[in-house]
Amino acid sequence: MTGHDIYLLSPELSLAGVGLLVMALDLLGARKDWLFFIAFAGLALPVALSVVLWDDVHSGGAMAGVFGSISIDKFALFFKFLILGVAGLVVLASVDYVRRMERLKGEFLSLIFFSASGMMLLASATELITLYVSLELSTLPIIAMAAFLKTDRSSESAVKYLVLSGISSALLLYGMVLVWGFTGSTYLGDIALAVAAPGDPDVPFGSYALLVGIILMVAGFGFKISSAPFQMWVPDVYEGAPTPVVAFLSVASKAAGFAILLRVFYIAFPALELDWALLFAVLATISMTLGNLVAMTQSNIKRLLAYSTIAHAGYILVGLAAVSARADDGFAAGPDSLLFYLGVYAATNLAAFFAIIALTSKTGSDNIDDLSGMGRRAPVPALVLALAMISLIGVPPTGVFIGKLFLFSAAIDADLAWLAIVGVVNSVLSAYYYLRVIRVMYIEEPAPAQGWSPYPETSSPPFNLALAISAAAVVVLGVAPRLLTWVTDVAAGPLRP
Amino acid sequence: METFNGLLTAVVLLPLVGGLAILALVRGDRNIRLFAAAIALADLVLSVIIFASFDQDGARFQLIDRFDWITSASFNAQYQMGVDGLSAPLVLLTGILGLCAILASWNITHRVKEYFFWLLVLQTSVMGVFVSLDFILFFLFWEMELIPMYFLISIWGSGRKQYSAMKFLVFTFLGSAFMLVAILALYFVPGVGHFDMIRLAETGAEGIRTILPLTVVFWFFFVAFAIKLPVLPVHTWLPDAHTDAPTAVSVMLAGVLLKMGGYGLLRIIVGMFPGIAADHALELTILAVVTILYGAVVTVRQTDLKRLIAYSSVSHMGIVLLGVGSIGLLSGDFAGIGLNGAAMQLFTHGTITGLLFLCVGLIYDKAHTRYIPDLGGLAGRMPFITLAFVIAGLASLGLPGMSGFVAEVLVFFGAFKAYPWLTAFGAFGIVLTAGYILWMLERALFGPARPRFAHLKDANFVEAIPLALLIVAIIGVGVYPAILTDVFKAGLEPIAALVQP
Repeated sequence: MTGHDIYLLSPELSLAGVGLLVMALDLLGARKDWLFFIAFAGLALPVALSVVLWDDVHSGGAMAGVFGSISIDKFALFFKFLILGVAGLVVLASVDYVRRMERLKGEFLSLIFFSASGMMLLASATELITLYVSLELSTLPIIAMAAFLKTDRSSESAVKYLVLSGISSALLLYGMVLVWGFTGSTYLGDIALAVAAPGDPDVPFGSYALLVGIILMVAGFGFKISSAPFQMWVPDVYEGAPTPVVAFLSVASKAAGFAILLRVFYIAFPALELDWALLFAVLATISMTLGNLVAMTQSNIKRLLAYSTIAHAGYILVGLAAVSARADDGFAAGPDSLLFYLGVYAATNLAAFFAIIALTSKTGSDNIDDLSGMGRRAPVPALVLALAMISLIGVPPTGVFIGKLFLFSAAIDADLAWLAIVGVVNSVLSAYYYLRVIRVMYIEEPAPAQGWSPYPETSSPPFNLALAISAAAVVVLGVAPRLLTWVTDVAAGPLRP
Repeated sequence: METFNGLLTAVVLLPLVGGLAILALVRGDRNIRLFAAAIALADLVLSVIIFASFDQDGARFQLIDRFDWITSASFNAQYQMGVDGLSAPLVLLTGILGLCAILASWNITHRVKEYFFWLLVLQTSVMGVFVSLDFILFFLFWEMELIPMYFLISIWGSGRKQYSAMKFLVFTFLGSAFMLVAILALYFVPGVGHFDMIRLAETGAEGIRTILPLTVVFWFFFVAFAIKLPVLPVHTWLPDAHTDAPTAVSVMLAGVLLKMGGYGLLRIIVGMFPGIAADHALELTILAVVTILYGAVVTVRQTDLKRLIAYSSVSHMGIVLLGVGSIGLLSGDFAGIGLNGAAMQLFTHGTITGLLFLCVGLIYDKAHTRYIPDLGGLAGRMPFITLAFVIAGLASLGLPGMSGFVAEVLVFFGAFKAYPWLTAFGAFGIVLTAGYILWMLERALFGPARPRFAHLKDANFVEAIPLALLIVAIIGVGVYPAILTDVFKAGLEPIAALVQP
């Protein structure tokens, strides 16, 4: 471990440091609103360090460190910014929500930061064991946070997440062992060299060890990105866990999962591109279709968004299926589109969950039907939720519209017109249930006043700021996508040989 | 290369900006109405300026606004707007009907602010479709129209409004999903790599190798436009949506939204796939004749005024498709005449059906029924509405001297040259039209005065403005059709030239 390594790891280290500081101050009895302020202001440190690193990395270049197990490049830094941004917004948005918990604990903020630092590390991991450790670091705090409400549902969701993440980690490890056994290395670069030798043409992926190993690894990552058929945990955890945690989970965790998927498959297995592209195309189809069909039957808004997130994992997987070997001009548009989509999806989903925090604090329930009349009772959060729903359908002028445009165009570029058709037809299906939420809020007559809600009001300035930023990002990125494409274009560079 | 004239951007964005201003600034129902009307009037003035400043002898596309919009490593789209002889009259039509729709909404009392907001957003998106000359921008406006329509029908509609709104949305969305795939398939072709509709319009999209067979791309586009037009058998959303929508929305729906389908047929189906379209002209003509006849036969059986006019729209939009089908034989003196007729039909049907729906809306407001057997004897009570209704009806059945006649004559001339027998069948639809329009007018308006309608009043000043406006447009174009046909001709000649050079 040299000084340079510490420099490369400084965003993660400083973020974890802020987390520890918040925890210590909480023990010393600092006031709660001060904790939030320190946590939010503390985020400036890792952001600033990431900016310095971004400046230091040459375009398309990389700085390897810690014995070659991490690589700081623009790809990794893109995800660091994304995850830091999400963490910051979630901190702002949970200012009011945490009062629903029995006793506000500083750990809540610390755990978000620990998890975020794991995700950030994951984005730069280029070695299997580092990858595994950072994956666990990002997952474990979420399990604790899921149980924070101390209700039956909340505890149940935490246990479910614990058990299923344990299983998926085991699958992932087993897959990594097989890949290591076959290639003799845990470094992605060396694996690529070993895999590059032509394998048995009759077996997918060139050999049975790689076939099984890669499928097991995909199963492990599939859990992280909540893609079908590894989605069993999603609805229950989303329903039971505290809403800010779900917002963080649905966006940051998914982004980190896609970061490592891209990294592993583009760096370690580029030689097998055609094989895994097909695998991801099939997974994308299953995930989109299953998510959208089951979402139609949901009556709980958080479960609805859980199935929606499964469907969106499917859309995003389209970007992984669109590889360069399939494109006419040999230029894969998949990674750029995928990164862009992650950005706009983050904004949209955060907007949706923040609006839900505000709306459920008025209704006291997560039932969609109880949102009736919210268009009048709570016009601003209702408008934001409606906007997020319209964006999730993919209707202009919103960010996800442009995101879907990019993804489906990447699919068509990669000669996967059938996958693009599956995607657009799925978008049509999804309109049915997203619009139902809007219909309940704006069109159905309001239910008789609920009167009392057990939850505290959400109207503090930090919360409103988070709501405004995420909602504004949805529209701005839909009208001026260039604000994000210039970053994603650069960030996808390191994936290209 | 960037150019910016600003006129088209203004005509598109003005209603949206006005709508946002209503949401944010304007208080009080009366002020909101007046403000919305002022915005619509300003937009009409802009569209008149655009129409008047279009130079028939100038460049094919004029008043261009263009700058880079989406730029990424693999995907480039421009913000590009412009008008040609095909779209300039449709911009004018949208301006006229936009104002009519606002004035026809004067008696809306439920959630006034949101209502006018959505109506203005609708106008922005329709206007945007007609002037966008980049496929992605075109698609953006095409999709954007869904949301205001969904809200307008499902909140301010009547009857089974939820069902109708959802049906409208799903049909249109499904069509546009296929269109998106078609657009993207055109883009990812070596040597294309742009969404520029001007360049594609100049050369046609044929002769390029797409990843989907070009015929599939063609039919994907066709499905989207056929749903919108609508063509049998994907027309079923239209009667429902019309019947349950509020009056002003019916006016917009029949007047300009259906025209998006016809515009797409002319601009993209014929303008970019001339060879394939000519190869399939027979199929298109058969579809057109079936739509015309089916629409007309079903119309005869209707007893609800709104549903009747909705089905008559299906029949009349079949005439547009018939004009498109006439490209099966483009030669000699008749070159492009059917296409001209189809484009004329878009404009004239917009004004005529707009007027019909306005009249029906007024009658329903006053008499509280649209059921034809319950009506009758209204002529004495409301002479001006009756006059407008009769004029619209006569124009609709194609009486010479009114605008409908010009369009239908052109279409049938063109189509008859190409497919005499089929066209002769289709012309039978005109006979039916005369039948159901006259029968409807007779039952609904004339006959002995009924005592329970004795208290009814004629249209007041605000209600009369849109009626007068459309009457002027109908008779004006009927008497002097060259004001439109010359412009349309300038726009359609290059398209016709592609079909048979």
